[in-house]
Amino acid sequence: MIIVNTQEHPWHEGMTVQVLLDEKGYIFRHIIVRVNGEYVAEEDWARRMIRDGDDVVVLHLTAGG
Amino acid sequence: MGRILKSYEYEPGKIFRGYTGKSLYINVGDLRIEEKEVTQLMKDKFIGGKGFDLYYLWKAVKPETQWNDPENEIVMSCGPLGGITQYSGTGKTLVAAISPMTDIPVDSNAGGYFGPLLKFSGWDALELQGKAEQEIVVFIDGNKGLIQIETAEGLAEDSHILAEELTRKYAEDEKDMVNVSVVSAGSAARHILYGMLNFSFYDPRRKTVRFKQAARGGLGTILLDKKIKALVVRFKGINPNLNDVADIGLINKIGVKYHKEMRDLDEKQNGMRKIGTANTILVMNKYDLLPTRNFQTGGDPEAVKISPQVFIENFLTQGIHDGCWYGCTMSCAKTADHFKLLTGPYKGECVTVDGPEYECVAGLGSNLGVFDPQAILEENFYCDTYGIDLISFATCIAFIMECYQRGQISQEDMGGLDLRFGNHEAVLELMHQMSRGEGFGPMAGLGIRKLKKVFAEKFGADPQLLQDIGMESKGLEYSEYCHKESLAQQGGFALTNKGPQHDEAWLIFMDMVNNQIPSFEEKAEALHYYPMFRTWFGLMGLCKLPWNDIVPADNHLTDIPARVPEHVQNYVDIFNGVTGMQIDKAELIRQSERVYNFQRVFNLRMGSGLRQHDKPPYRSMGPVSREEYESRQDLYDKQLREKQGLDPEKMDLDEKIAVTRKYREQQFELLTDAVYKRRGWTKQGVPTLEHLAELGMDLPEVVEVVKQYL
Repeated sequence: MIIVNTQEHPWHEGMTVQVLLDEKGYIFRHIIVRVNGEYVAEEDWARRMIRDGDDVVVLHLTAGG
Repeated sequence: MGRILKSYEYEPGKIFRGYTGKSLYINVGDLRIEEKEVTQLMKDKFIGGKGFDLYYLWKAVKPETQWNDPENEIVMSCGPLGGITQYSGTGKTLVAAISPMTDIPVDSNAGGYFGPLLKFSGWDALELQGKAEQEIVVFIDGNKGLIQIETAEGLAEDSHILAEELTRKYAEDEKDMVNVSVVSAGSAARHILYGMLNFSFYDPRRKTVRFKQAARGGLGTILLDKKIKALVVRFKGINPNLNDVADIGLINKIGVKYHKEMRDLDEKQNGMRKIGTANTILVMNKYDLLPTRNFQTGGDPEAVKISPQVFIENFLTQGIHDGCWYGCTMSCAKTADHFKLLTGPYKGECVTVDGPEYECVAGLGSNLGVFDPQAILEENFYCDTYGIDLISFATCIAFIMECYQRGQISQEDMGGLDLRFGNHEAVLELMHQMSRGEGFGPMAGLGIRKLKKVFAEKFGADPQLLQDIGMESKGLEYSEYCHKESLAQQGGFALTNKGPQHDEAWLIFMDMVNNQIPSFEEKAEALHYYPMFRTWFGLMGLCKLPWNDIVPADNHLTDIPARVPEHVQNYVDIFNGVTGMQIDKAELIRQSERVYNFQRVFNLRMGSGLRQHDKPPYRSMGPVSREEYESRQDLYDKQLREKQGLDPEKMDLDEKIAVTRKYREQQFELLTDAVYKRRGWTKQGVPTLEHLAELGMDLPEVVEVVKQYL
């Protein structure tokens, strides 16, 4: 299990940041990802692995207007 | 040619550090034209823009003033930063009046050139009072120092023709057309309460007049009620320092940096330069936020048919600069050019459609069950040229459609129109009826609040159901976000001054997706900061979009990325650079707080502005119907378990809906308590005298009103 934006989310082998974003349906282009407090740049999403127990923050910057 | 009824010559006020120091008063009833001094108190307490609008409006009206009384004013102002050309989004005009929808002050803003050209013509604000005896055009020539009130005979009704006629009439030649801006409504605004104002600018690349709208609250209805067919301003001589700013070097430097961000990052971020605000359609659909069939659900598989890509590839002209004021590199005012109309009085003609913006695609599209881009653009065009507030129309017609489909009203009640979800032919015919003042058009143009009464009393509809599904608060229709799962945004719409428009706060991602503001206190802080910050744009003559629809590449490293701290600092620096004052980020919020609280007291003065007026309909808070609950049953059942400790397996559907409702309504009350406390208001939503004194807004006339409620 991992934490995503303070909520539990099931973890599985081979989970990268990009895989997680796909699972969560986070398609907004204007987001910031931090894993255990460490910023992950967009170009690293496909290879940055997520481990069981990680705390992930996916910050969607405000839209609307 | 119109007959000149009044001619007035003036010496244009010299602009100094963003202000001309003078405002213009025109009474169209007795043809009185007066110049007023903009006082230091006005600048200190009300700043400009919406602040000046509310200041003058307060002085013009009485507590019993109705929207169509002669003393109601339409006030316009563009603010001290309005008209600078170094930064994006600096050409907004703020408009205020007592609204026919809400009976309290409404403020709405538009791009286009009118506000800056008005200021450069010598006026920090324009007040329009009285009612003319016959239809008139008010013309201001800022170069000649001349104001003329002329009769309006022979002019077209609809804005796309009227504004073209007037632009040609008042421009000295073809090249001068860019120096003319027209404010007009349209034929439907005569017959409905949510008529809007079009603000024009001439596009020399397309050789056509284009529009932005101050759409909310019925301002176009008031304009025509005053028998003002149009306002026209002409000013030639735009240059980068007409505001005579204190530090042009500082402003240039900030502008260059910002434009570089826009050039380098827009493609990677929101793509505003390709599609404008409609870039978010599929995002909203994915996150269950795209209002569908009267906000019943937050998305639909058919949304792919109205995706940004569909509009970009098939309709929208690309690669042309599309700013609605000089210097805006965000350039998000897109158009569908050579668009062939299939219905109505202009059937067969090819026109330029300004848009579609997000609210248009969501409102006239998914919320009406319409997933046809051609139909949406045609609806967009006719809303604009007829002078119809697109958001109120869309939300109101969505309500009517649901009433019809739930058997609350019949086809006969709607004059034979088959207004079922998805029937865009009926939607367009209804617009044409509004334009002609025929059939069901005028009734549908009353807006949801009045329709609830009519449907119950005349057609026997269920008042409780109408209350639950009618998406209005304070009499104004909600803008186009399905926000049931964001408690903060429920407050962002209902705990507002003018009604549920997203220009105070859009907190859905922050609240519902990011879970950044879980406690009531954190939500209340957001519902303090963001409405105050966004009010500031309205004081200045600025557009919100350049603030956070593009952000610096290193924004993620800042302490509060959602606030976009670097851009907030840009605004502080630009304000200081224009005015020569020295404010900081805290004072920026204070400037807004003064006007925000003044507007709240203004609502009180007009008999509103209390807790009882800040209530949302239940559709805003949770699932009204069985189908709504079932559409997200897993989520709602999970919430019953986790938030209320209940076992949904032991409950039937109606029980689950009932306890969900009770819980959510309680949550909203707790949120209201927290927000009022943070804003310095009593539990009834009244600003305290201490808070007003702390803000420096304990003006005698303000205190006199507040004391009645303490």
